Parts: sequence; C-alpha cells; structure tokens
Amino acid sequence: MQMTTRRLTRMLLPLMAVVGLYGCGNIEPWVKPYERDKLADPIMALDGDPVSTSYIQHVYEAREGSRGGEGAVGGGCGCN
Amino acid sequence: MQLTGAGMLRRTLGIAFAVLALGTADAGVLPDDRTDVLYHLYDGGGVEIDGPSVLVRKKVGNSVSFVGNYYVDMVSSASIDVVTTASPYTEERTQWSLGMDYLRGNTTMRIGYTNSEESDFDANTYAFSISQDLFGDLTTLTLSYALGDDLVGKADDESFERPLDRQIYGVGLTQILTRKLIASLNVETVTEEGFLNNPYRVVRYADPLKLVGYSFEPELYPNTRTSTAVGLRARYFLPYRAALEAEYRFYTDTWDVDSDTAAVSYIHPWGDWTFTGKYRWYDQTGAHFYRDLFARSEETNFRGRDKELSPLTSDTLTLQAAYEFIKDDGFEVFGFIKRAKVTASLNMLSVDYHDFSDLTAQGAIGEEPLYSLDSDVFQLYFSFFY
Repeated sequence: MQMTTRRLTRMLLPLMAVVGLYGCGNIEPWVKPYERDKLADPIMALDGDPVSTSYIQHVYEAREGSRGGEGAVGGGCGCN
Repeated sequence: MQLTGAGMLRRTLGIAFAVLALGTADAGVLPDDRTDVLYHLYDGGGVEIDGPSVLVRKKVGNSVSFVGNYYVDMVSSASIDVVTTASPYTEERTQWSLGMDYLRGNTTMRIGYTNSEESDFDANTYAFSISQDLFGDLTTLTLSYALGDDLVGKADDESFERPLDRQIYGVGLTQILTRKLIASLNVETVTEEGFLNNPYRVVRYADPLKLVGYSFEPELYPNTRTSTAVGLRARYFLPYRAALEAEYRFYTDTWDVDSDTAAVSYIHPWGDWTFTGKYRWYDQTGAHFYRDLFARSEETNFRGRDKELSPLTSDTLTLQAAYEFIKDDGFEVFGFIKRAKVTASLNMLSVDYHDFSDLTAQGAIGEEPLYSLDSDVFQLYFSFFY
C-alpha cells in the first residue's frame, strides 16, 4: 500500500509541477495559433488511427509481459 | 485437457481497449466524427486470430461526442504451449465499448465502459478521464482512471469462478515544443488483485521417474501485481512534408518484469497516399517465479512457465500505406462524407525467448533449443470522416 502511495505521488508530480507553473502567472504561448499549420497537418497526429493503435497495442500486450504507457491516453495536439 | 486462449487474451483486456473508449486527449476540441471498419489478422507460432473491429464516433450538439466500438477475435490455436501440453482449440472473444466526451471550455471529460466475453472469461471495465488545455493550448494535461472487474472461469469446470480486479491510473502530458515539434509523456500504473494465472497452463519440473525426464504441474502466480510504465514520444515535421517520430517506454512491475521499448517511425505523404515505416525494439527481464524447468515439484511458492513472462527480445517492422479516396475539398460529393481513406498495414513481429525451450525439438533435458517466434499482423481498414 505504501509502495502504491509512493508511485501515485511520483505520478502526480508532473501535474503538481504544471499547476505550480500555472499559478506563477500567465505564460505567453511561444507557438502562436497561426504558427501551428505544420502541427495541424494530419501526418503530425499522434494517434490518427485509434482503432488500429488499440489493436496493435493489444497484440503487443498479448505477446510481451508489459502493459500501458504507450501513449493512447495522452495524444492530441491542441492545434485546432 | 484443453488449453484455451484466456492466457493470451485476458491480460490485455481493459488496458489497450479501455483507452479506446476514452479516445485521445485533445481537451479544447471534440474528436472528429468518424467511422472505421477494420479487419485484423494475426498469424504466427501456430496461432491464427482474425476478426473485425468497427468504431463509430458522432457529435451531438457542440459539447458532446459519443463513441462505440465492436471488436471480435476468432482464435484458432496450435501454439507451442498447446502442442506440448494440451490440444488445439478454437474460440471466439467479442468485445464492445461505449464512451462519451463532454467538452466545457478548455476541459474535456470522458467516460467509457467496455465489456469483453469469452467462453471462460468475462471482463468489465469502467473508465473516466479529464483533460485540460493550458498555456494557450500548448499543453494538454490528462488524468485518467479505469476500474476493471473480471471473472475468470474454466471451460471444463463450470463451478470454477475466480474474481480479478484491476485499477489503472494514468497521467498524460502533451506539449507543443516548437512550430514543428510535439511531444507527449504518459505515466500509467496498473494494480491487479485476484486470480492472475492461467487456469490451464502448467509448469515443467524434473522428474527422474519419467522417460522424458520431466513432468508438468499447474502454475501458481502471486495474486497481486502492480506495474508502472513511463512512455515518451516526440514527432517532428521535417524540412519537407514528412514526419519523424521517436518513442521510448520504461516498464517495471512487482513480478520483477522490467522492460525497455524503443521505436522510430517515418511518415511520408505522396499525392493522395501516405506511407509509414516503423521499427520497434522491445526487451524484457523474466518474472521472479518464472523457470523453464523447475528442479522438482513445487520447488518454489510461486511458479510459472508462461513464455510471455520469460526474458525475451522482440523486433517489429511495420509497413503501412494509406490512400485517401475522398478528399476534404469543401464539396460534399458523397453525401455527408467529407473525407475517406483506406489503409493497409503489415507488422512483422519476431520474438526471441532467452529461457524458454522448444519441447517439440530433440535435446537432453534442460538443453533443448530455445524457442523463437515469427508472426505477421495484417490490418486493412476503411476510415470515413463526416
């Protein structure tokens, strides 16, 4: 249980860091919305094919001993 | 005795597909309306698995999007486990998922439910996530949680029923770094408690009373497992219209399975085509209770001979081509469909086991040649955007 708590604390550190930064004041976006044309190109989508991505992760998780952390949760680009 | 596919399929439930129900994190905007119809085929190591997967996503109003997915695995197995300790079998697993995204300002909340059924395994997963865009939409932060409530059965014993509970905690951070570079960091912890071993699988131990020199007995796993995975990805827009992606993942768990995964992808559009090539490398240590050959019966408190828990290295080469046959040029020529594409993809997966013997080959006990596996994973899918 203590180990789980420690892991959770470690997991939440990035969140606390971001919230902490946010609390320091407004951060000016260093890439303006009109400068995101290349990031909005479909070839830059981190997960443009969710069905295929989930399937292939399923194959890897079946053939290997590890699971999770490969990024399906955190995709997206905020460039629309 | 029949060895079913539960061992292969069950561990993957509620993880890869739970995130499908949640979709991807793009907090300030709802995902595109789309339908995907996919056929998948896995062929290798005496196992053939194929079936469809259909996903439909549709917005209702400006702030809600629904998603549904139906997925089938039709399994025909004569794997190395099956041919050495049991009989070939066929079975089917069906799975469906429902999810909803709710957008409010720069925040998106998602809920999802997934149900998966096979003849001897029933899995239910409930998922929730919240994403927030920060710093002028340069950063997307996602917190996610999923609860898995599974029931393990046994085909030849109707009274056999064991629970398996799973909790998945995730934190994801997607960051625009420059005009051409985007990166994401994902941390995921999975805790499981309950019946984690395969009710059919056996371990091998030295038995001088047998002619072959060994016998089998049921495996026995710990009833808890906690894992943490940290994944980092970065995608870069090259000076010409193409993209390069690099990925790394570190994984560790309480069964002493540690792994590293690294991959590099190249995406190259050409007219209406998009070609993708990817190489992925994976290496893991074995679980502390794994042995290819135990010295005697019940040698250790926990024991397993699942090759997926043995030390191994795998390589995958992926070749993919997508063709956009309806372009989004502002005209709705095909009714409500704005854009459509067809994609074919082939993954060539090779696995080298460093401590798992091929018992179908000749050799003195404990000195049989090591097993290795080559698989082809084929996908063909149509995607319609509307």
